[in-house]
Amino acid sequence: MPHAVAVTVNGTSYPREIEPTLLLVEYLRETLGLTGTHVGCDTSQCGACTVLVDGRATKACTMLAVQADGAEVITIEGLAKNGDMHPIQRAFAKEHALQCGFCTPGLMITAVDFLERNPSPSDAEIRHAIKGNLCRCTGYHNIVNAIRSASAEMRQSAGARPKVAAEVKR
Amino acid sequence: MTASTTPTYIGARVARKEDPRLITGEGTFTDDVTLPGMAYLTLVRSPHAHARIRRIDTTAAKKEPGVVAVFTGKDLEATGMLPVFITVPSMSGSKHMPIATDKARYAGDAVAAVVADSREAAKRAADLIAVDYEPLPIVVDAMKALEPGAPIVHEELGSNLVFTYPVKGGDIDKAFKDAEVKISQRIVNQRLIPNAIEPRAVTAKFEAGELTLWSTTQIPHFVQLIAALNLGLGQNKVRVIAPEVGGGFGSKLQVYAEELLVGFLAKTLGRPVKWTEERREGYLATIHGRDHVSDVELAAKRDGTILGLRVRTVANVGAYLQAFAPGIPTILHVFIVPGAYRIPAFDYEMRGAYTNTTPVDAYRGAGRPEAAYLIERMVDRLADEIRMDPAEVRRKNFIAADAFPFNTISGITYDSGNYEPALDRALAMADYKGFEKRRAEAKTRGNYRGIGISSYVEICGLAPSKVNAALGVGWGGYESARIRVHATGSVQVFTGTSPHGQGHETSWAQIAADALGISPNDIEVRHGDTFESPGMGVGTFGSRSLAVGGVAVHKAAEKVREKVVQIGAHLLEASPADVVVAGGKVFVKGVPEKAKNFGDISMAAYLANNLPEGMEPGLEATVYYDPPNFTFPFGTHIAEVEIDGETGTVQIVKYSACDDCGRQINPMIVEGQLHGGITQGIGQALYEGAVYDSDGQLLSGSMMEYHVPTAEDVPPFDLDSTETLTNTNPLGVKGIGEAGTIGSTPAAVNAVIDALSPLGIKHLDMPLTPEKLWRAIRASGEGRR
Ligand code: FES
Ligand code: FES
Repeated sequence: MPHAVAVTVNGTSYPREIEPTLLLVEYLRETLGLTGTHVGCDTSQCGACTVLVDGRATKACTMLAVQADGAEVITIEGLAKNGDMHPIQRAFAKEHALQCGFCTPGLMITAVDFLERNPSPSDAEIRHAIKGNLCRCTGYHNIVNAIRSASAEMRQSAGARPKVAAEVKR
Repeated sequence: MTASTTPTYIGARVARKEDPRLITGEGTFTDDVTLPGMAYLTLVRSPHAHARIRRIDTTAAKKEPGVVAVFTGKDLEATGMLPVFITVPSMSGSKHMPIATDKARYAGDAVAAVVADSREAAKRAADLIAVDYEPLPIVVDAMKALEPGAPIVHEELGSNLVFTYPVKGGDIDKAFKDAEVKISQRIVNQRLIPNAIEPRAVTAKFEAGELTLWSTTQIPHFVQLIAALNLGLGQNKVRVIAPEVGGGFGSKLQVYAEELLVGFLAKTLGRPVKWTEERREGYLATIHGRDHVSDVELAAKRDGTILGLRVRTVANVGAYLQAFAPGIPTILHVFIVPGAYRIPAFDYEMRGAYTNTTPVDAYRGAGRPEAAYLIERMVDRLADEIRMDPAEVRRKNFIAADAFPFNTISGITYDSGNYEPALDRALAMADYKGFEKRRAEAKTRGNYRGIGISSYVEICGLAPSKVNAALGVGWGGYESARIRVHATGSVQVFTGTSPHGQGHETSWAQIAADALGISPNDIEVRHGDTFESPGMGVGTFGSRSLAVGGVAVHKAAEKVREKVVQIGAHLLEASPADVVVAGGKVFVKGVPEKAKNFGDISMAAYLANNLPEGMEPGLEATVYYDPPNFTFPFGTHIAEVEIDGETGTVQIVKYSACDDCGRQINPMIVEGQLHGGITQGIGQALYEGAVYDSDGQLLSGSMMEYHVPTAEDVPPFDLDSTETLTNTNPLGVKGIGEAGTIGSTPAAVNAVIDALSPLGIKHLDMPLTPEKLWRAIRASGEGRR
């Protein structure tokens, strides 16, 4: 039996009739065609599917789309605002924190949530925060550098930039 | 370099052209391609590692709503066999069909296929297919597979022996007769699962007689070639596109069953078809890597001089030979085993064995990590035996800097090398001299601290086509490039390489920019579409892309530049020898104010009404570059570890490496390749390993049981480099894609064994998990209660 749900994704509400078994990641990729969120595993290990659900980094393969009814979801496609890249995006490019780019959306989303909660992290805290996101290409070295560098930029411009999630329900 | 301009962009940390689309979610990966009317393929895979297929009942599956078609292996024989591109002497090749017809030879071997309107319907129907299996005796262990009476994987071959590959040099008997020290060691290089984070996927459509196939592949042209031949289509009617590819590491260096099946089904059913691998499925159905068991004997003098090396190895190839599998334990392994050392006598016999396990092929380094691990462990065993500093044993046996080009005892020629400076720099970076103090200090905390060195040499730049042929590689080792300058001066580079994270769009633009005197921003590099590129591209693997494909780009750009100079000289009424091409301008030396723009020249080339006498219009060039030799990068990696005396947990406290890959095009990308490679090598040393039970069931069958390193498992890396150019190619470049993986595994293991050597521990097999170390410490009697 299809269910009527309305999930707000990147600021737009999408009322849709969906199967109750549909995963949030399938809803994003297949129902809405937002393919920037990736699927890398079937055991919730890789983090490639990470999106913000009400401001919180969430593995979209571990959640049903119906559970996101009424929620505010931000995907990689919604990270830049009016063409202005989020500091984490600039930092990933500047620090060469991506190679194939498959893990990258999930890692950046995880980092955004983390930096909003911990604006001045140590390297050890960064490494701990991203341990649920696997990257097979970069060895994490430059990802840690990018998150550190984004945190510095975000501290400097604190207040100037609205939080990524319009409304953060915690 | 032959460019008359000094390099501006080669050697610079140019920001990657790939990144803007990848950081915004705009990149298109294969599974992102969705077409109207698309159907989905699901494969039914054997749960048995070895079983005869008696009967397959598809009645119920066919009735399931949404099902388009159900096939067994017999229905799909028209797809032909899966290819093997390498034939080594004495090889006993296996018949490998996309869907098994007679029996399943490993758990995961496909036995039936379902196509449905949705993924869910396809999966539901797949569950309804009843296969009547007759289980057969199973062999998992490669050594056992070669014993008399072992279950035979391919009856028609009579035995599980795939090949015997002997390589000998010098007088091995004399080496052991003269030896003052003899060391024997069994060394296991465990099976690994590549785990590119993007699972494999294939999408295809067939329209107007033309097949378009998107695939997660490192070799789109080979997929095109085999799809055309096997499916009976003209090569001009098969377009293969490797869009964004989410890592490969050799696991996407195949023509896989699913590529032929999806192509065939799209053509047969007349609607687009997609297959996307699930991760657990990939653990079974995507190739594995490594899996060697070696018995090694080393002969040496008490002063540390190595006299000879004798090795007997069995390589597990799995249930079928995959595309490059015969070449990996042989060509890419045996010849490079002597490594950085002058070894007077060498005797290696490699045997391959079929088993009831997932096929084994190339995983990052492919044969060379196994070689570096073997020799670097033995050098440390020797150092331990004669109580000599492992750094000095290496130094003593290094091939001298003035000995290049150097003919190795295994019969190949190293192009260039200078091993001591890389060792010295790495030792300094690691504060090697101060180590014993740190060991003592760790001891006061109840911990074991160790330091491990690995000085590797590897082979890349596959390879001169004639050498390939002599070695049994069934295709040339060239690479192609085409450069097209449009009338307005915009430039496109089409490359036969197929990057999947290596940043060729950036590096190739840097190479072309220097030759053409323009900015990389004005150059677009296109790859991975067989309808755009030159007629054939060999692809991206074996750290060959730069040393072959990058050089092809350079040569094509030089050709274009030559024409730019000729046209410029004509328009400026000067001699070509006096014409300078730089900064987007073309001018006579010393008179930059009277310059023509690069775009004026390209426009002239296409207006074609004022060209030098006899010159063809247009401005483009295509090059197929066939290298004269391989290239041999090298370096020294040093790991320092601390092992928790209570738990056996290893922490890498410092990692230092000095690598030499010749000229670097983009040091930022070089470092990135090293970071990732080192992490994969550490993964093998400490965390990763495929485990089968005796029934051929893969126990490490998902990311939950198989530990891919996380950010907390690896340290930051301290990198430096030396630059020893090669004269194999005009750019002086070697290759860096696999060096990190090759160098790091022995460094990490040597460090752990060094830490435990005070307990009398001389060797442990990988992965060096906490449990294994805890047990070893306990068994030594030294562990605390
Ligand atoms: S897809 Fe791997 S954690 Fe969600
Ligand atoms: S960049 Fe390839 S998996 Fe992270």
